[in-house]
Amino acid sequence: MKGRWLLVLALVLLVGAFVLTRLVDNRYVYFAAYVVLQYVVLATAWNILGGYTGYVNFGTGAFFAMGVYTSVFLIQSVGAPLPVQIVAGGVVAGLLGLGIGYLTLRLRGTFFSIATLALAVVLQTMIINWEYVGGAKGINIIRPAQAPFFSNYVEFLFMVMSLLAIGSVAVAWLIEHSRIGRGFAAIRDNEEAAECTGVPTLRLKLLATTVSGCLMGVAGAPFPYYLSFVDPVSAFNLSYALNSLAMPVVGGTTTWLGPVIGAILLGTTQQLATVTISSELNILIVGVILVFFVVLAPEGIVGLVRRLARRADA
Amino acid sequence: MISLDLLLNAVVAGVLLGGFYAAVSLGISVTFGLLDVVNIAHPVFVILGAYTAFTLNSAYAVDPLLAGVVFAPVFFLLGVVVYRIYYTSFESKGESSQAGGLVFFFGILFIVEVALILKFGVDYRMIEASYVGESIHLGPIGIAFRLLVPCVAGLLMTLLLYVFLGKTFYGRAIRGVAQDSLALRLMGADPVKIKTLAFGISIATASVAGALLIMISPVEPSIGRAYIGRAFAITVLGGLGSIGGTLAAAMILGVAESLTSTFSGPSWALAVSFGILLLVLAVRPAGLFGRR
Amino acid sequence: MMQPWRRWTISWPVALVLAVTLALSVGGSAMAQGAKPIKIGLGMALTGGLAANGKAALLAMQIWKDDVNKKGGLLGRPVEFVYYDDQTNPATVPGIYTKLLDVDKVDLVVSGYGTNLIAPAMPLVIERKLTFMGLFGLANNDKYKYARYFQISPNGPNAAAAFSDGFFELASRQNPKPKTIALVGADAEFPHNALTAARETVKKYGLQVVYDKTYPPDTVDYTPIVRAIKATNPDIVFVCSYPPDSAGMVLAANEVGLEPKMFGGGMVGLHFTALLTKLGPKLNGIVDYAFWVPEPTMKFPGIEAFLQKYQPEAGKAGVDPLGFYLPPWAYAMMQVLGDAVEGTKSLDQGKLADYMHAKEFDTIVGKVKFGPDGEWAKARTVTIQFQNIKGTDMEQFRQPGKQVVVYPEEFKSGNLIYPYSAARK
Repeated sequence: MKGRWLLVLALVLLVGAFVLTRLVDNRYVYFAAYVVLQYVVLATAWNILGGYTGYVNFGTGAFFAMGVYTSVFLIQSVGAPLPVQIVAGGVVAGLLGLGIGYLTLRLRGTFFSIATLALAVVLQTMIINWEYVGGAKGINIIRPAQAPFFSNYVEFLFMVMSLLAIGSVAVAWLIEHSRIGRGFAAIRDNEEAAECTGVPTLRLKLLATTVSGCLMGVAGAPFPYYLSFVDPVSAFNLSYALNSLAMPVVGGTTTWLGPVIGAILLGTTQQLATVTISSELNILIVGVILVFFVVLAPEGIVGLVRRLARRADA
Repeated sequence: MISLDLLLNAVVAGVLLGGFYAAVSLGISVTFGLLDVVNIAHPVFVILGAYTAFTLNSAYAVDPLLAGVVFAPVFFLLGVVVYRIYYTSFESKGESSQAGGLVFFFGILFIVEVALILKFGVDYRMIEASYVGESIHLGPIGIAFRLLVPCVAGLLMTLLLYVFLGKTFYGRAIRGVAQDSLALRLMGADPVKIKTLAFGISIATASVAGALLIMISPVEPSIGRAYIGRAFAITVLGGLGSIGGTLAAAMILGVAESLTSTFSGPSWALAVSFGILLLVLAVRPAGLFGRR
Repeated sequence: MMQPWRRWTISWPVALVLAVTLALSVGGSAMAQGAKPIKIGLGMALTGGLAANGKAALLAMQIWKDDVNKKGGLLGRPVEFVYYDDQTNPATVPGIYTKLLDVDKVDLVVSGYGTNLIAPAMPLVIERKLTFMGLFGLANNDKYKYARYFQISPNGPNAAAAFSDGFFELASRQNPKPKTIALVGADAEFPHNALTAARETVKKYGLQVVYDKTYPPDTVDYTPIVRAIKATNPDIVFVCSYPPDSAGMVLAANEVGLEPKMFGGGMVGLHFTALLTKLGPKLNGIVDYAFWVPEPTMKFPGIEAFLQKYQPEAGKAGVDPLGFYLPPWAYAMMQVLGDAVEGTKSLDQGKLADYMHAKEFDTIVGKVKFGPDGEWAKARTVTIQFQNIKGTDMEQFRQPGKQVVVYPEEFKSGNLIYPYSAARK
């Protein structure tokens, strides 16, 4: 898709979101949409590393939680406003990504995944033992009384998350259409060959882990205000790791569109299921959808559509 | 205050725990270490094993370990079925889509977990066996049967698997299949059959490991998730492809957890274990006994 | 291997069916005609870590609903529940409650089970000025000091301390007085809270802390922890734990031979049938907190009748068969709400809150009176000791004498057997 058209589309969506907040009073829509948009960011972030370079991150929870707890820390210490929290969350998580990238740069892909898992456990233990941000008890966060520009805070958070979602997709799009993206693809296809042909694999991998981590932290930063309660179990929840992995895979990992489709599809299904079927069958549905899609469409929805388009052409 | 008594007991407790961890991780060691299949659902099969042992135990007062062994062939078949689906969807295409396989197994994890919830409910289940709660004392060292039996069983399983992989034709075929399937075919073995066999064996170990788990503590369907990290960490720490390495790593992690719990603070026990893993990976990426 | 086109033809119809099913279930809840029902909305843990209790609570609440509807409902209208599974995941709570309020348009809301599941709902109910009943949450209203919040658990104004006050008061009455104490608990919300309060109480009684550590909730083996505790030779061992670790600590304590003069604390889960029966005599001597036990001093009007209705249903639903822990309180919570609605003859949130602050309610768990912050005006957590448990048969627990109330005087049904080892003979 041409870049200019996408920019127009993005602006249209943003305006649409804004209009929505003016028209629809039903707050449930915003709470549910926030979660789906959050997953767009997480899935896109995961895919920058996992889909483009092939390095599967298993510790999304760690980066997301870094964003969450940076916000909590800032709220508790200096009462920082949301934009500052977002930037700080991104920076902290990005540094974490840089760190883990550096630590594991010699590891083959699967070892990297295990290392991210280990990292999540270590970080969770550290947070549990840090009383200032609540520790194991968790902490109640009081939302600011007034939301800037909007009648209530949830609509504000919804707009913020829409912006973040579009922003992260933009980052993914830019990477994909640049030399960096081609370098990533080279690493994914055959890292050794890429090294031999002069691709700066180390620098690229570090860039990927940093950007990916940063975006995950950004996704987590507004979480304290969204939920008004934070505890390590929710922040480090396995479902973040699982969903941020499943959504790009279901949608298609080779392009920015895949995570978006996957996030919208899986995210919406989960939100709907929570308030309709609402029982252990929820988990069953997620499991069945995962197996179903991955077995029948291993290249994701994007891959499936591409294949059909190709056959239509032929 | 580091008294010798306490230290000895902590080490022994760690070793016992390690034997149990080895039992849980053996399946991952085979599938991830030898076949390069990331079966993240393995722990939920362990839980399934715990429940099958529970069923026999509560209905017919069968000893859980015996139940675990009795069900092992059933689990083997289950493993065969799961692997067939996995193979047809992923490996047969030639591309090793790691992420895709992961998602597949996550789906399986959820499906099995829900099946357990639907059948058994979410209440905690425990088993009754005459030796649970008894312990023997060797001087200052106390050993609870509740942990001794799983440890011994874990050691036995490791030994059996080790011998199988080292000395039998099929065992050696499994070792070779990930590395050189062409050579394997030339020797008359079908790589797909061999991999299926290996996967089946790994799920069979889950049946026994589950029986051991429910001996140690109460289970409910979602506790499997806590073991995902440990099992993979142990396999990687030990070195992919090395069964002996898995046992060693399980022991190391068990002892590390035990020592941290006893002397500095149980809060940090898991962090210490994973910290050790990260350190080893940073220094020696292949793990302790890994080949590369 | 399936041909791509075949995969396509299979996957699309199935996806369509899935979508239609979901759409139908969302939109297809057409209500029957008749007297407009009163809708009470809630989220409840039906899956996840707290589901065992959550499902039992929901069952109790449904029994209340049936009881009320048999008598003609509230204000002459039938009562209906609209509930969703919060999956023991706090992140689902805001979405659930906004759906209940904005889409399902429920008349009243109550909370789910547990501090962490109540917390995210607080800002929502405060913003809309709703009267909100909480089911077993610790300190949810501390930061907000909201006037329309009411907590049914009898912990009183100093909730976290209620779990340890009785325990330490009893300890101080023993002769010779115990001097040293080991504190231990899980790295989780309730144990942390209870232990923090316990540390204050311990100072008040002048006890010396010789061990004070916490463990991760998914610890497998508690033997090293128990050994480390034993090595410090404490007079008292005070444990705050959830079901799996409660069981783990008890088993380990038995194996290691930990026998302080007093053992127990705030150990959740020991009253669950599964653990009562499987741990059996190993529980003897442990001093724990309780909210209600089948002792003669706690035979409040209606409790027996409730248990008669609950226990057969529980077996079918696969939840705690005896139902001594949470279910009576879930039922009582609904009794309070229902009483308030009938008492004010309205669904006005403000009127309900005022009524609930003023009145002393009669429920199946006894008289309930709320203080200004929504907690009970006076704590009524009791301290019990497990005594005379023989074998692992479940029926023995229906009779009094196994979970003996040893404090406070008001509900005392037996004497504390001290030291701990004497109760184990």
